[in-house]
Amino acid sequence: MEAFTTHTGRVVPLRRSNVDTDQIIPAHWLKKVTRDGFEDGLFDAWRKDPRFILNQPVRQGATVLVAGADFGTGSSREHAVWALQNYGFKAVISPRFADIFRGNSLKNGLLTVMLPQETVERLWELTEADPSAEVTVDLLDRQVRAEGITAGFDLDDNARWRLLRGLDDISLTLEHESDIAEYEARRPSHRPRTLLR
Amino acid sequence: MARTLAQKVWDDHVVRHAEGEPDLLFIDLHLLHEVTCPQAFDGLRKAGRRVRRTDLTIATEDHNTPTIDIDKPIADPVSRVQLETLRKNCAEFGVRLHPLGDVEQGIVHVVGPQLGLTQPGMTVVCGDSHTSTHGAFGALAFGIGTSQVEHVLASQTLPMSPFRTMAVTVEGELPPGVTAKDLILAVITRIGTSGGQGHVIEYRGPAIEKLSMEARMTVCNMSIEAGARAGMIAPDETTFAYLKGRPHAPEGPDWDAAVADWRALRTDDGATFDREVVIDASALSPFVTWGTNPGQGAPLSGSVPDPAVFSDPGERLAAEKALEYMGLTAGQPLREIAVDTVFLGSCTNGRIEDLRAAAAVLRGRAVADGVRMLVVPGSVRVALQAVEEGLDEVFTAAGAEWRHAGCSMCLGMNPDQLAPGERAASTSNRNFEGRQGKGGRTHLVSPQVAATSAVLGHLASPADLPELPTTVGA
Repeated sequence: MEAFTTHTGRVVPLRRSNVDTDQIIPAHWLKKVTRDGFEDGLFDAWRKDPRFILNQPVRQGATVLVAGADFGTGSSREHAVWALQNYGFKAVISPRFADIFRGNSLKNGLLTVMLPQETVERLWELTEADPSAEVTVDLLDRQVRAEGITAGFDLDDNARWRLLRGLDDISLTLEHESDIAEYEARRPSHRPRTLLR
Repeated sequence: MARTLAQKVWDDHVVRHAEGEPDLLFIDLHLLHEVTCPQAFDGLRKAGRRVRRTDLTIATEDHNTPTIDIDKPIADPVSRVQLETLRKNCAEFGVRLHPLGDVEQGIVHVVGPQLGLTQPGMTVVCGDSHTSTHGAFGALAFGIGTSQVEHVLASQTLPMSPFRTMAVTVEGELPPGVTAKDLILAVITRIGTSGGQGHVIEYRGPAIEKLSMEARMTVCNMSIEAGARAGMIAPDETTFAYLKGRPHAPEGPDWDAAVADWRALRTDDGATFDREVVIDASALSPFVTWGTNPGQGAPLSGSVPDPAVFSDPGERLAAEKALEYMGLTAGQPLREIAVDTVFLGSCTNGRIEDLRAAAAVLRGRAVADGVRMLVVPGSVRVALQAVEEGLDEVFTAAGAEWRHAGCSMCLGMNPDQLAPGERAASTSNRNFEGRQGKGGRTHLVSPQVAATSAVLGHLASPADLPELPTTVGA
């Protein structure tokens, strides 16, 4: 996983709440068997509209998405995270994220930052008035900074530590292989098996 | 200390607990389908890892599979590659697979329970948000992303931070004609699409205890639509009776030991939930959605709401956008909304009881002119049972299309899709923009409302149907 420490970039203000995973990447894109090549599928339906914010020339190269509440609701498709990353986003800011989407983001080094609705509104106003305005998302200090805005955010210590170092969860877990084996030995014998040995 | 059902199952699965770290949880059953695992198997290959417990892993093909002409090569080359990739990965890593054409093939969340692989007190995961379905058995079952799929394949564990708990207590009794689907749609509208966020919901109370296993699965299935990580129902005699004799259910002394363990899986008296919601079942009626998220619903007897009634500006804007997308106007009675498509199926409502309920409406009646109705059983086993009961003939005689098992139009990854502007009454779980096909419009409904809407050509419940003429002398 790519490590995340701090990132500064321009913003795409997305004034929509309940942006579900079918909007982020529709199902017909999920047939691919790779983790890349999803950038053209990001917000596929909305991008057909030339007025959609992502289509505006001033937003090209922006790397921080600021969206309304309940971003990423719906399916467990990690393709939603890959699509945002493939497109170039490094961080997403919203008042609230769906649980599975948030978990998937953190596993891939896409930082999801929860800020209060009023702070999100101020970021929208700032970046709508000045599309060149930059926002810094600083994981070391757990802070989002922009002109006239400094806002702290929460992220638990363990998730932060893994993100800062770009650690691979599976390797960390397999260090505890003996604990897993010990648990397996004491599981109830009536639990089902898919293969009959 | 008094514990909830969810806490008991959690505690039983902690492999490793360390201060300041997520708990490492053991996973009893890992379900796979073709969409969310190819990248996970790639990861295993790159790292030189194997599947730790092939005996706790099972795969089926469901999302991409066609529901007609299943004996012919799959037309869409990208879908074909995805299915072939699953077959190749399962063969290479030694995972049991039920491919298209196999008698155990079907939607992953229908297949697990019908095989008896989903049992009380287990942890069940799948790269699919509707894994919450399995919570109907008192299992802790939740959807995961592809990185976590790889994690489970490699280690049979997941590092997880504890969930909060929420009780949804359903008092009273569901009135006749009101189903589990109506109940869960009403719950989601009540608590909102983020109401369960970070929580495991336990559904309890007399109305829940009276539900069949299949109805309980419908309820738990849509927990994710309320934002919850999982939904659970404490196992009871209904659960044990459903499981007894299934292919993977314990037998003999193992069965007795299992039932003894399962009986302890109840929330202790005095245990507290982080949040509690009480619903009066007797006040419910057939429920449908009007908007583009599952929390935008109302009783069928009501009308399309005026966005101005929402005090929250975000909800108001969402309602305005939803009405625009859905092509509806505020104040329009829901019963007057005409539909051109009806979809009966999905992991929410694609089981035998759902098919029976819809067939009971369609028997002796016909699908209205200009309406196409797709009946897609949740699994091959469900289809075979329906054929044995003659339900397929009821559907075809009424003018509906009897299809092969799979996810089908629930998400339109296969050719079963809505065309732009088409409007469906659908027994599935999501009414998101474009979910069932680009530009398509979805109203989430119960099987009974789906079948009645097919007959009348507009959203309606069986109570709206004229009586069938009785045959004199019969």
